[in-house]
Amino acid sequence: MLILTCPCCGVTAEETEFHGGGEAHVTRFGPGSSEDDFHGYLFEKVNPKGVHFERWRHNNGCGKWFHAARCTVTLEVFGTYSAQTTEPPQDIKDKISAKRPGWSWREFA
Amino acid sequence: MKRYSAFAVAREALRNHMGWERAWASPEPKKKYDVIIIGAGGHGLATAYYLGKNFGITNVAVLEKGWLGGGNTGRNTTIIRSNYLQDPSAAMYEKSRSLYETLSQDLNYNIMYSPRGVIMLAQTEHEVRGYKRTAHANALQGVTTEFISPQRVKEIVPIINLDGPRYPVLGGLWQARAGTARHDAVAWGFARACSAMGMDIIQKCEVTGISREGGRVTGVSTNRGDIACDKLGIVVAGHSGHLADMAGFRLPIESVSLQALVSEPIKPCMDCVVMANTVHGYMSQSDKGEMVIGGGTDGYNNYTQRGAFHHIEETVRALVETFPMISRLKMLRQWGGIVDVTGDRSPILSKTPVEGVFINCGWGTGGFKATPGSGWGFAELMAKGHSPLCNEFGLNRFKEGRFIDESVAAGVAH
Repeated sequence: MLILTCPCCGVTAEETEFHGGGEAHVTRFGPGSSEDDFHGYLFEKVNPKGVHFERWRHNNGCGKWFHAARCTVTLEVFGTYSAQTTEPPQDIKDKISAKRPGWSWREFA
Repeated sequence: MKRYSAFAVAREALRNHMGWERAWASPEPKKKYDVIIIGAGGHGLATAYYLGKNFGITNVAVLEKGWLGGGNTGRNTTIIRSNYLQDPSAAMYEKSRSLYETLSQDLNYNIMYSPRGVIMLAQTEHEVRGYKRTAHANALQGVTTEFISPQRVKEIVPIINLDGPRYPVLGGLWQARAGTARHDAVAWGFARACSAMGMDIIQKCEVTGISREGGRVTGVSTNRGDIACDKLGIVVAGHSGHLADMAGFRLPIESVSLQALVSEPIKPCMDCVVMANTVHGYMSQSDKGEMVIGGGTDGYNNYTQRGAFHHIEETVRALVETFPMISRLKMLRQWGGIVDVTGDRSPILSKTPVEGVFINCGWGTGGFKATPGSGWGFAELMAKGHSPLCNEFGLNRFKEGRFIDESVAAGVAH
């Protein structure tokens, strides 16, 4: 059972209070983009075995979206952070590097 | 391979059962094979079996990082049915179901196929309409199903509670020739037949890299050395994304944990499979008497083979309302399997951007029922480059917008 802290309202709760929203930091390709870019945006998933960045929503709480850094093998939560960003904050990346040396996720490491 | 028969049992009884041989060999890997299949689960072994049986390709290795049939093959709830809505799915699952009918004879291995019938309960008006539509579609597809009344449901499943306060039973989609089979035996039977054809099944052999040259596969690196091959089949369910990453492409797949649990064994009380998709639960009784219960998937990526506890509560709560007599039943075991889920809830049997690499994945929450059919079609795809059974299940269907949408038709549970 995951325990997450919502960075928007500061509440720490277990997973039934939240709802997973899939991969984070996806770059949107809309009308006018190439077919490959649009296909990649819509369908291709990272689905990593290890470090993962996801979107979550505090459904039964403040209702706001945020991001979480998590390990899909151990279910360890490295941290949560605001969704108003295009990449994970440095302190979260440092925390992951300390625990999972050599990790990488899409263009981040 | 010595054949199993009543005569063999009698012969061995007379000599203290000293003559039984190992069902399959455990050879050292060779330097090169024509075809390597990654993953010795049901689908991988079935693919190898039909490569040999239908196409005469026997220079084949099946690599398995753990033990044979130890992944989702040994973790599912053993349900076999083919009452799907879309034509390509119905063709695939009905082919599979029909192969199951004679699989014990074909493999000379008792897989305990039991066509005991499957009911999918309609518990909302929406489901009633949906299942009537599926029954009509199945009639056109040559799949024998019918929509039955609540009274008929009660005749087939006397322990059911028809008028639950929240989810009354309004009818059901009944497939009489659907049922269950022994999941381990399916993997073991295929493995024995493959080994008898001279194929190498190599367990505890984890693939760590996929070598390519000029966009073409040349072999794999493993913890037991490098092995070369002409063609590579990736049949690894939950780890498909991981293997695709090694081969340098991404899949429209996410891996999540799906749970199941079994109760203590009780006397026979239900001789068919009941699925209740609205409330996320399905149940059947094993030959040992345990109630086998399947639940829902987790809502996030997960490689742990455990699953979240609150899903058990949801499943059990719904089933207790549907079957009041199980409320005092003790649960014996609970486990999870990592299932590979696609956006349209249909599998991928396809060529890939790397020449010579084929992928069979995306069976999500319902792969066991498809084991022989998937092997049949995927073997044809690998041997000939195309297969009528697999054509619609290509990777390119996402780009081209040709989804095979079973997420509505099949609900969540398979």
